[in-house]
Amino acid sequence: MALLEVRDLSVKFDTPDGTVTAVDGISFDLNAGETLGVVGESGSGKSQTVFAMMGLLAQNGNATGSVKLDGQEILNLPLTQLNKIRAEKIAMIFQDPMTCLNPYLKVSDQMAEVLTHHHGLSKSDAVKRSVDLLDAVRIPEAKKRINMYPHEFSGGMRQRVMIAMSLLCKPDVLIADEPTTALDVTVQAQIMDLMSDLQKEFNMAIVLITHDLGVVAGSCKETLVMYGGQQMEYGTTEGLFEMPTHPYTMGLLKAVPRLDVESAKLATIPGSPPNMMNMPKGCPFAPRCDFADATCFERRPTLDGVAGRKVRRRACLKSLEELA
Amino acid sequence: MTDKLAQPFSQAKTAEMAENMAADDVQGRSPWTDARRRFMRNKAAMTSVLVLSLVLIFSLFGETISQFDNETIDWDILGSVKELGRPSIENGHFFGFDENGRDLYNRVVQGSRISLAVGIVGAFVAVIVGTIYGATAGFIGGRVDSIMMRLVDIFMSIPYMFVLILLLVVAGRSITMIFIGIGLTAWLDMSRIVRGQTLSIKNREYVEAAVAIGVPTWQIIFRHIVPNLLGVVVVYATLLVPQMILTESFISFLGLGVQEPLTSWGALISEGVKSMNYGTLWHLGFPLSFFIITIFCFFFIGDGLRDALDPKDR
Amino acid sequence: MNDQSKIAAPLLSVRDLKVWFGIKPDGAMPWTPNDTLKAVDGVDFDLMPGETLGIVGESGCGKSTLARAIMRMVPAEAGTVMWLGDDLLTLSKREMNVHRKEMQMIFQDPLASLNPRMTIGQIVAEPLKTHFPDLSGSEVKARVREVLDRVGILPNMINRYPHEFSGGQCQRIGIARALVVKPKMIICDEPVSALDVSIQAQVINLLMELQEEMGLSLIFIAHDLSVVKHISTRVMVLYLGNVMEISESDQLYRAPGHPYTEALISAVPIPDPKAEASKEVMILDADLPSPLSPPSGCVFRTRCPHAKEICAQEKPLLTDRGNGQQVACHLR
Repeated sequence: MALLEVRDLSVKFDTPDGTVTAVDGISFDLNAGETLGVVGESGSGKSQTVFAMMGLLAQNGNATGSVKLDGQEILNLPLTQLNKIRAEKIAMIFQDPMTCLNPYLKVSDQMAEVLTHHHGLSKSDAVKRSVDLLDAVRIPEAKKRINMYPHEFSGGMRQRVMIAMSLLCKPDVLIADEPTTALDVTVQAQIMDLMSDLQKEFNMAIVLITHDLGVVAGSCKETLVMYGGQQMEYGTTEGLFEMPTHPYTMGLLKAVPRLDVESAKLATIPGSPPNMMNMPKGCPFAPRCDFADATCFERRPTLDGVAGRKVRRRACLKSLEELA
Repeated sequence: MTDKLAQPFSQAKTAEMAENMAADDVQGRSPWTDARRRFMRNKAAMTSVLVLSLVLIFSLFGETISQFDNETIDWDILGSVKELGRPSIENGHFFGFDENGRDLYNRVVQGSRISLAVGIVGAFVAVIVGTIYGATAGFIGGRVDSIMMRLVDIFMSIPYMFVLILLLVVAGRSITMIFIGIGLTAWLDMSRIVRGQTLSIKNREYVEAAVAIGVPTWQIIFRHIVPNLLGVVVVYATLLVPQMILTESFISFLGLGVQEPLTSWGALISEGVKSMNYGTLWHLGFPLSFFIITIFCFFFIGDGLRDALDPKDR
Repeated sequence: MNDQSKIAAPLLSVRDLKVWFGIKPDGAMPWTPNDTLKAVDGVDFDLMPGETLGIVGESGCGKSTLARAIMRMVPAEAGTVMWLGDDLLTLSKREMNVHRKEMQMIFQDPLASLNPRMTIGQIVAEPLKTHFPDLSGSEVKARVREVLDRVGILPNMINRYPHEFSGGQCQRIGIARALVVKPKMIICDEPVSALDVSIQAQVINLLMELQEEMGLSLIFIAHDLSVVKHISTRVMVLYLGNVMEISESDQLYRAPGHPYTEALISAVPIPDPKAEASKEVMILDADLPSPLSPPSGCVFRTRCPHAKEICAQEKPLLTDRGNGQQVACHLR
């Protein structure tokens, strides 16, 4: 049994203009110590997927399906139980650390509060443990810096503080929602390096949500590609990048400019991402797909296995031969 | 729709585009259209608009359904207003008589007209002056901004009720003086709010884009800044109208406002309060109801407009 | 300077450009003197006709400020910006406006750079109406439709508002606005960093096509080195307002001259798990120093793995290494 089992997770929002399906039937497993990359463009539903898992959906959001952590169902738990799980088993870091750090409290107070509150540590022990963690995320002079306010840290340091805070309760699963998108490349390299070291140290499972295929390539064992709220393709990162089997994954990989390859012109995926309010009836990618035919616009593909590949699954009505 | 739009280079699309070129231009849905739709959905605000329209119609055309006017004194009633001057549908004095034997219905019509005029015209002037002043200060910035805003600070630091009363005492009591007095101070708040908003709009990229293009300053202010301020301005204006009415009423209540034979809600309420002890409660009741209903309507409309114009803030 | 520059005269020639901002120190009284933030501190470069110059650097390196100083949207402290023989920094506002139609700008946030209360027809027509007030309404309309068509927006959409378009389409509209006056140069300030990968490629290709078609010069500012490499002929690397390196794009990526360039390039993740696994990432320790008190000597020395004593004492000058690659480093 996997540590985290997500089955048929869907998220719907009630809006004045009707019901919007932001996430439609996502399933995946994740084992301890492994990293799953969730890749998708804006509006692909990748953030809403994890918000639903964490119980962080907006008021008008409604999640269905099943999310099991260590065999325990955690989707739609009452808030008190959910808080306990959030405190002990599953933690989340965001693109903008300031959404989680209170600008008016010292870092020491914010970190110690979690420990004194959830684990009943004394204040001095809590601060000591916090300093250890700041050391672990390689913040220089942690002892001194812990008494600073969040705004006194740089963007990269703030993200480190955020990571340190998420590690306070030694979570089994860490969900990272675009953790490096707002950071410069050199800082991004630092943070990704740090996260992979911490993962080994704490044996955490990480769900890494990103739009950057390079980041996924560097750090994820398996990758899930989302589009229009649906799962397009799933597989080992290596296999997926080497031989994508879904037209969207193929297009995405070709559209990224690469430092190590010369190309005169970038391949493009024509059109724009689908409008959530008005999703196509068939495959969400059909309007932009080079291979689409009439059936693609009519029938929604299911996520099926690929012959000869163990983990690979794809949601496409076209056979591999047709795509070649 | 949008999906079709962005496929410019394929053959099929070019053909489709050529076809579309011949077709009529598509009409856009402006941010105002969206806001109007949201506002229409707000029941409290829409009811308020309806009620307020009725009050407005009443103030403009109310006298046409009455056979009396607001000045003629009915000498028979004088002295026994409490017994004979009660409101009655039969004798045509819908709101009864006032203390001086005049038809109260027509007095209220006249008072409504003046109060609403003071409120609306006052707010209108304050909004225009305040918006232009604030947007200019905010957009130009630097020393000009400092000087303009210090000037506002100075005006604001003078207790304005004192100035208003002094003005009315020295220059004589008239509606014009009330307009000038209230208008002098009301735009100050507006200019501050607008300046703050301008500072944030100024750093938006579309304003930067206009600067880069070389659009003249005044055009940037009027084409890019002011239209994007209007949301805040409109909301504030709807709150400013009742504020103006309140101020005028207060001044009139003190006896410094509009003078006989003119009247306003404040003046009528003031008279009503004076004669309350003699059992003629309708003197107070009618103008006070109009006053309260109107002010509530404006508040509801202001709330509705805010929700409609800034859907994210809810 | 490379050979090409000796033949053709540069379109834009920036020399020793400095942009300083006064920053109020903490707890300042009105009379306390301001601290100086040297956002751009002595930048030199040339832009040839038809060339794309990429400018890369981390946030706070002054790349956007540099662009805005060239466009005279922020005042420059010192230096010259020669544009076709005129120093833009000394021109009067009116004289500058004559040149503004020759240089246009594209912004980072596609939606935010379009006024939400104007139709896209009005938005694209604005530069035209500003610089050619004599054009008749129908001429303006015809030109706007033509340009929108060129960037891939259906011309019958001119009465629509920006919020009715997707991010990529808004960026196309932004490009149409820049193109409508047929400029000689367009400054693109992070034009694709807010766009999704699939849309990013569309916009980059469009820019490259347009450049070829109209002989445009581009200044392409970005923090994404892969994008810059793809579109640029030459690349300039900025760090804390100083030029670290300018060189031909291929040269820069093949053999970076400056340690900072090296670190930047190694930090870019490559979308290929195998290449990524075998790659050596040069992790820069420490944070970006505060631009209010930059390090003495070479500004990069506090994070440079090779820093020596001389780096703290003397500021390295941008020197040509013979192959058109200009590097500001004592050690190379």
